[in-house]
Amino acid sequence: MSEHGTLLEVQDLRMYFPIRKGFLKRVAGYVKAVDGVTLSIREGETLGLVGESGCGKTTTGRCIMGGYTPVGGDIQFRMRDGEWLSIPEQDRQGRKRVRREVQMVFQDPYSSLDPRMTLKQIVGEPLIIHQVAAGKQLEERVAELLSVVGLRPEYMIRYPHAFSGGQRQRIGLARALALNPRLVVADEPVSALDVSIQAQILNLMQDLQAQFGLTYLFVAHDLSVIKHISDRVAVMYVGKLVELAETRELYRSPKCPYTEALMSAVPKPDPLKRTERIVLTGDVPSPANPPPGCTFHPRCAYAQEVCRREEPPLEEILPGHYVRCHLARELDLKGVA
Amino acid sequence: MPNDDMLIEVRDLKTYFELIEGTVRAVNGASFAIRRGQTVGIVGESGCGKSVTARSILRIVPDPGRIVGGEILYYRRLRSADGNDVHERVALTELAADGREMRGIRGSEIAMVFQEPMTSLSPVHTIGNQIEEVLILHQKLSKKEAAERAAETLARVGMPQPVETLGHYPHELSGGMRQRAMIAMALSCGPSLLIADEPTTALDVTTQAQIIELMKELQAELGMAIMYITHDLGVIAEMTNQVVVMYLGRDVETADVVNLFHDPLHPYTQALLRSIPKIDAESRERLDSIVGVVPDPYSVPRGCPFHPRCPSFVEGKCDQEDPPAYVVEGRKVRCHLYEGQPAWRPDATRQRESEA
Repeated sequence: MSEHGTLLEVQDLRMYFPIRKGFLKRVAGYVKAVDGVTLSIREGETLGLVGESGCGKTTTGRCIMGGYTPVGGDIQFRMRDGEWLSIPEQDRQGRKRVRREVQMVFQDPYSSLDPRMTLKQIVGEPLIIHQVAAGKQLEERVAELLSVVGLRPEYMIRYPHAFSGGQRQRIGLARALALNPRLVVADEPVSALDVSIQAQILNLMQDLQAQFGLTYLFVAHDLSVIKHISDRVAVMYVGKLVELAETRELYRSPKCPYTEALMSAVPKPDPLKRTERIVLTGDVPSPANPPPGCTFHPRCAYAQEVCRREEPPLEEILPGHYVRCHLARELDLKGVA
Repeated sequence: MPNDDMLIEVRDLKTYFELIEGTVRAVNGASFAIRRGQTVGIVGESGCGKSVTARSILRIVPDPGRIVGGEILYYRRLRSADGNDVHERVALTELAADGREMRGIRGSEIAMVFQEPMTSLSPVHTIGNQIEEVLILHQKLSKKEAAERAAETLARVGMPQPVETLGHYPHELSGGMRQRAMIAMALSCGPSLLIADEPTTALDVTTQAQIIELMKELQAELGMAIMYITHDLGVIAEMTNQVVVMYLGRDVETADVVNLFHDPLHPYTQALLRSIPKIDAESRERLDSIVGVVPDPYSVPRGCPFHPRCPSFVEGKCDQEDPPAYVVEGRKVRCHLYEGQPAWRPDATRQRESEA
């Protein structure tokens, strides 16, 4: 059904959360957290998913993990044996099967590790659940995993509180790698870390990818980190995928005005490059009540009548460059070098 | 007078926290100065003491923290009855933290904007109440005058409906709008120094851009000095004139912003700049990370606190002696690599004292 090399296909994904009101908890509306995301992830690549808070990037990641059952659309995953599975349609057993190949790394290394479990229990838990290893073998595997992520195997008898943020993120990576997954969904894995530690974890993730042939879906809000780690980048705004392209192409010549504004808003660490930037007016609209037409039109400097009326479709305007904008072909937008 | 524009001088400040586990030397000998109208960036990783330094200036160090050494001098400029400027030097470290004089300075002459507006604004008072309170206390305005002035200030910080916003509670505003309200409150009395502690860290990039532009505009218009605390080197490059890099409670390098980014002297500054991914970088080569982690605050290494992570570490020197501050090309740096260069002295103050 897909070209060779595609690992995951997300088709028009929709995830709505009901807003309940009143005594009878009647559904008063929906938060459209994800409302039209189409993307594919190729085997061995890093796809960056970037956007501001509330844009639905984390929800997209969780749907891919099977954590939420979407209200619309489909997620197809190609298993190691070549079989295509629809992640939302899986039952308990099916999900467990998918989980062996799709794993997750979380943002906050302080709340994502159980303080009452030792590293051996934390990293070994997936091995026990999936009955991959036990006893002496389990211990050996945990020791191996710890050394792979740059921690000493002797640490396995310790508890998470003894470790710094960067080390905890290494523990999270070791746990994610325990089952030899093929896809790792990393949700803001470095945003809680100090800059000097951030670089260590980014380097480690790149090393692990090369070593184990991993595929990453890297969810983050930091455009510089996303640029550094990703082969291709997808940009989201209020539940919708607005642009997807190869990294260099996206940063050099964005086609969506939101991507342009987002990149221009990032402060550049060079005082000689202080430039005039695009300052967007207003705030990100609520996904419970998105504006009609193109969701970005109230803040867009180029908006025209058609943008207020009609929602633009996601179109491939150049090979591999997808944009959701009525004016994508006409505008000449500025990127960063 | 050559040093007429001096505003704040922090000299060898030491703020310690006595805990059961040991003493945390959160600020351990920091020295720097802020001049009138200048934007000074304080940059460093978590635990480097940047926020505690700010709180020491305002004398709001949380318990059990104590200022145990050094001094903070505030050069106050007042207009006397006959219309002349009167200069006065106030040692903030000598004042009682909750005494009358300190309370008169805090929030009025020196104001602060905090990182998380949701936790630093009162959730049970309206925005109007909170700004008016400042004006009634410090400027002795009547309730009506205060309300008018509060609305003016809110309009000035770009609040779309200033008069309506006075009646709103913080939870009714978005993150960016809350931060605007915080800035309005801080600026309501026309401070000579605005301390901004990570004011945009909790905000999205597009909102951060709005707040940075706003602060630049307000500074150009009102002329106050800004002490901008952040861990984000991009924001430092964008906002500041002068930068103080802190590591484990002390200033390791002080330089003007262009030199700091293009010719950093301290190995820590150099490593920090190499380790950040840049949005306009051409290639995706590996980042140069700094080895190890910031040591835990109870067991700061002997000698130079950066030596276990330093690529230019000299055995027998860096792990033994605490480096003094040197002056290199007019900049201040604490590192043994610059031994032989002239030692740094707080010249400005010395001069002022001899004149007095």
